[in-house]
Amino acid sequence: MEVKPKFLIKNGKRLDGRKVGEWREIKITTGVIPNADGSCQVDFGKTKVIAAVYGPRELHPKHMVLSDRALVRARYDMLSFSVEDRKRPGPGRREIEISKVIAEALRSVVMVEKFPRSVIDVFVTVIQADASTRIAGLNAASVALADAGIPMKGLVTGVAFGKIYDETGKGVMVADVFKPEDQWGEADIAYAKSIANDEVVLLQMDGDVTKKEFLEGKAMADKAIEYTYQEQVKALKAKYEGD
Amino acid sequence: MIDKVTLKLMNDSFKKGVRLDGRKLDEFRDITVETGVISKAEGSAMVSLGNSKVLVGVKVNAGEPYSDSPDSGVLMTGAELTAYSHDSFETGPPSPAAIEIARVVDRAIREAKIIDVSKLVIKSGEKVWLVFVDIYTINADGNIFDAATLGAMAALATAKLPIFKDGEIIRENLKDSLPVDGKVVSSTFVKVGESVLVDPTMQEESALDARLTIGIKDGNIVSLQKGGNHGFNDQEVEDMIDRSIVHSKKLLKALK
Repeated sequence: MEVKPKFLIKNGKRLDGRKVGEWREIKITTGVIPNADGSCQVDFGKTKVIAAVYGPRELHPKHMVLSDRALVRARYDMLSFSVEDRKRPGPGRREIEISKVIAEALRSVVMVEKFPRSVIDVFVTVIQADASTRIAGLNAASVALADAGIPMKGLVTGVAFGKIYDETGKGVMVADVFKPEDQWGEADIAYAKSIANDEVVLLQMDGDVTKKEFLEGKAMADKAIEYTYQEQVKALKAKYEGD
Repeated sequence: MIDKVTLKLMNDSFKKGVRLDGRKLDEFRDITVETGVISKAEGSAMVSLGNSKVLVGVKVNAGEPYSDSPDSGVLMTGAELTAYSHDSFETGPPSPAAIEIARVVDRAIREAKIIDVSKLVIKSGEKVWLVFVDIYTINADGNIFDAATLGAMAALATAKLPIFKDGEIIRENLKDSLPVDGKVVSSTFVKVGESVLVDPTMQEESALDARLTIGIKDGNIVSLQKGGNHGFNDQEVEDMIDRSIVHSKKLLKALK
């Protein structure tokens, strides 16, 4: 069993050397799954997630068909070897819940009314996990949808934030948590926005924070989201402008 | 899905600050919490939230700890949206909606550190108490999230801890309580059109664009869960946090 570290931040420096508002290296690549209609890989440091989009296509089972719009369906899963202890293959309860919130976040931007009676399937696969996998996955999924040419009101962009403790035990808010901060920290908040609609489209938290701390962390995440959004746009442009 | 006529009625009414059942936008329905309703369970509670009725039971079994935490008992939360509690629910394995409810309730209890799992060890690394919190809807009329959190909290707070003796579990004439400390409650808000409402009915939920559940313990946020196919703006999020802190006081009263 790993031992809980004495601090997660000291003199303003986190265990991986980052400052509070600093994010890990972000790498976004489109077209990683040529068979799919759209695809994307997003790396947040060591967290690596791929997303593939198929559709709009015919929906089975038929009773799920929506007569006035497309169904956006998401399936989030982790490869068995993506985590320290082998994960039992196939989605469990955690994965089913995450799939649900990812699909809901994406539906806020996809122009579903353009494709009645069809389905747009989004597959989000974590190939290496170092925290913030659902957010990396959502970022990848929204780029993959755009890559598939699906009409959208804008991209969905997220960055997680959290609360970690310093050497005196005091809580400090930080952006883009990585594994030790997720594992040992006092709060972990998955957060994503639609910049075009200026809306919060995903928000999940466990931990213990005051309202003031929440807003402080959120402001840091907003800065990181702006950067991530630019990277998403760059990745899409790189493909279509032959950059 | 909701029909357009009702949706228009709703939105027109919300603009005047009134809901179709006569409540204000920021008003909870009547809450009753009755504990000790199932004598076979170590703890239990029946919660009514308006017409929503949720039954929560706690069973405590002895079993193996997780390999990564040999000195901790285990909390497991399940929820079933029973087919008999609403005509839109079906039999079969738990739906994503039921799994989400169970996990959101679990998260609030876990993060608020309501149960001291270190006190649930029978023999380090070998045997610990497993606490099962099971949530069943009896009549579903919206906001199962908050009703289930109240029920889980009430059932746990009144639960007894069995005795482990000579390889057997004794469940009769128990005196010791489950090691429970503190109270967590949640408030769920939905956005319909431009209006944000607390404690939605099933009808209001069927019209929702976005949903947010906020878990509060001692005035701090301990859990958040957003749902729905649309978003909230920053101001709405901030307002809901403020409102949930206010509502938590009334919810805590219902737990007494």
